Amino acid sequence: MNGIRNVSLVGVGGQGILLASEILCRVALLAGRDVKKSEVHGMAQRGGSVVSQVRVGERVHSPLVAVGATDFLVAFEKLEALRFAHFLKPDGLAIVNEQEIRPVTVSTGQAVWPADLDARLRSTFPRLDRVPALAIATGLGNVRVVNVVMIGALSRHLDFDEDLFPRAIEDLVPEKVRALNLRAFEAGRAAIPEPWV
Amino acid sequence: MPDDETNRRVLSGNEAIAHGAWAAGVQVASAYPGTPSTEILENIAKFSDVYCEWAVNEKVGMEVAIGASIAGSRALTAMKHVGLNVAMDPLMTFAYIGANGGMVVVTADDPGMHSSQNEQDNRHVARFGKLPMLEPSDSQECYDMVRAAIPMSEEFEVPVLIRTTTRVSHSSGIVDLGEFRRAPASGRKYSKDIARTIPVPMHARGMRVRLEEKLERLAEHAETSPFERWERGSRAIGIVASGIGYAHAREAFPDASFLKLGIVYPLPERRIRAFAASVERLLVVEEGDAFLEEQILALGIPVERPARSLRIGELDPDRLAALAAAVAGKDAPSPPAPLRGLPPRPPVLCPGCSHRGVFDSLHRLGATVTGDIGCYSLGAFAPLSAMDTVVCMGASVTAAHGMEKAGRTGRLAAVIGDSTFFHSGITGLLNMVYNRSRGTVVVLDNETTAMTGHQEHPGTGRTLQGQKTPKVAIEDVARGLGVRRVRVVDPYDLEATHAALKEEMDAPEPSVVVCRRPCILGARVKVEHRYAIDADRCSGCAVCLRLGCPALETSEDLAAKTGKPKARINAVLCAGCGLCVQVCRFDAVREEARS
Repeated sequence: MNGIRNVSLVGVGGQGILLASEILCRVALLAGRDVKKSEVHGMAQRGGSVVSQVRVGERVHSPLVAVGATDFLVAFEKLEALRFAHFLKPDGLAIVNEQEIRPVTVSTGQAVWPADLDARLRSTFPRLDRVPALAIATGLGNVRVVNVVMIGALSRHLDFDEDLFPRAIEDLVPEKVRALNLRAFEAGRAAIPEPWV
Repeated sequence: MPDDETNRRVLSGNEAIAHGAWAAGVQVASAYPGTPSTEILENIAKFSDVYCEWAVNEKVGMEVAIGASIAGSRALTAMKHVGLNVAMDPLMTFAYIGANGGMVVVTADDPGMHSSQNEQDNRHVARFGKLPMLEPSDSQECYDMVRAAIPMSEEFEVPVLIRTTTRVSHSSGIVDLGEFRRAPASGRKYSKDIARTIPVPMHARGMRVRLEEKLERLAEHAETSPFERWERGSRAIGIVASGIGYAHAREAFPDASFLKLGIVYPLPERRIRAFAASVERLLVVEEGDAFLEEQILALGIPVERPARSLRIGELDPDRLAALAAAVAGKDAPSPPAPLRGLPPRPPVLCPGCSHRGVFDSLHRLGATVTGDIGCYSLGAFAPLSAMDTVVCMGASVTAAHGMEKAGRTGRLAAVIGDSTFFHSGITGLLNMVYNRSRGTVVVLDNETTAMTGHQEHPGTGRTLQGQKTPKVAIEDVARGLGVRRVRVVDPYDLEATHAALKEEMDAPEPSVVVCRRPCILGARVKVEHRYAIDADRCSGCAVCLRLGCPALETSEDLAAKTGKPKARINAVLCAGCGLCVQVCRFDAVREEARS
């Protein structure tokens, strides 16, 4: 990994994006790299669009990723993947959770849900990994682990030692849900058969 | 949090400030929550050897810290930028009195207004109050600067301000905590000396002169402070930078020379002159107003000002890249544009939010509603559309009173949260009683400070450090202030809520309606019901959708009679509040077995 790797995690407030970005930071720390992370709290979290960015490298100054400079766009929801598509580098990879959460602006008729969402995802992202994270998490018995499933999928593309992720998860999640989260991570990892090169 | 072998941790700016406070030997910390400052106290509270409390408001937090400092203890208070407005009165005079035990005041500004109603730059407070201010640019500096601010406060006998901005408070980075030991106590004692602690005019005049002398010595201190860092690069461009602006600028101008300022008031004049003389072109990068730039210009040092537009909003790498292009005489970079035509996703009241039914009722009652600061500001937006004004903490109550006295007719209500009521609603309510108001104050009591992440307050019966304490009931406070019409309703009961609001708004004397239901996001709340739409019964009338609940969606299935889309409940999101059951006229909402 030469230079800085930029990861943008996007989704809807309440999907557990902050924990996902914390795990990534912890992995970077354990790997001896420099890391910076940004996120928003407060009003911005109440069911609205949420972005957290993580930058990993030898020396990182700014916690924010420039537009068009993201290497990995990890989208926890399909519409949010499109909303933040411009964050991605032209050769960047989008990892998208197969989940749709309709904003209130759609149900109240202020806006229209894009009917061609899947086609637009394919045409927008030449490099696209689709992850059925909600189905996987539901299968594991807890929809809240969608975030760790997504980190599992992302981990296939990062060159950290594989065992650093489980270590970071163990450090960060409470004891009683530790085993569940480790299973979620493995399931997310297994959802990506062949990493892109 | 487990360490790695070297005591390096990933910490947010706020967590780093808390670690710095512990290491600096802070003994008393008091604050009111406010984004982006809240996590400072929450993290200091994890150190059991620091006395730590949620104050009722920022003025109280400041005064508690002042009392502790006068008593010889090391003290900290922290608040969001607008919180410092509330605490200005004690701060401006304590500047004259001066610190005994070291005292740090953290102001967390919010450029870009991620979670605030304005983006005032509180560096001006340093100049206004004649106090030193430090501005960290990352988590490591947050830690280091708090540790330096406490001895600085004791040496110069002034409270020391630390200014963060959202991207410093809420960004995380690696912090080397070093040995991470608690500093030995200052040994400062309180001894009565009213010439030092009572600023009656004959004492205050002398204090004023001494404060100017302290500022001169502080400027001299800044000349040799390790936080003012000269990073030698190309002589072609020199940048004076502070805070998060420095972090962005280091990447946008990789070859430039930097004078990185840590003490942003008072400025080290000789160092700035020497730096300016060493470079061909001088720029200033700072987040907020032209605070440094104007002071440097006032020294007679020419500064290039290629981008005034950087003054508004938050700095980011793209804006710095545009600045770098302008400085190099190149065309502005054109980063990829966002896709167009996507449905917006603004923040909304959560599924199951106990405020939703209250706003639905106020909307249907056609009330003019003065609002306040909290999640419930979201009640202003469609489809609830039940709020007319928001100004600042507590202004719902007083602005409603003002509107009434100005002759506004029709139904009128002030809507305020429980934590905000304790913060600054009480004085306004007392004013209403005293001045013969007939207004109605609706307290949205979700038994927590929800917006900032569920902090305790006087109504919860628990302190910041988790101890039990007497629970103050809002209805008792209202009665104690002299309000005779006081009601408590369950906002999940739409009919009762609607009736109570109507009756009280129509009554010719001041009234208080406490709408009590715990925040659905609270740790102790369990989802008890789950609902689904019976598609055979749904007529597509969309009445349920007027609730603006994120769990209610329109489906692709059209109702045969009306041709309108039927409603659908997103089972993952539904929190089982049952409001949609109450508004549906076709009995189409059914309770589902819980999985």
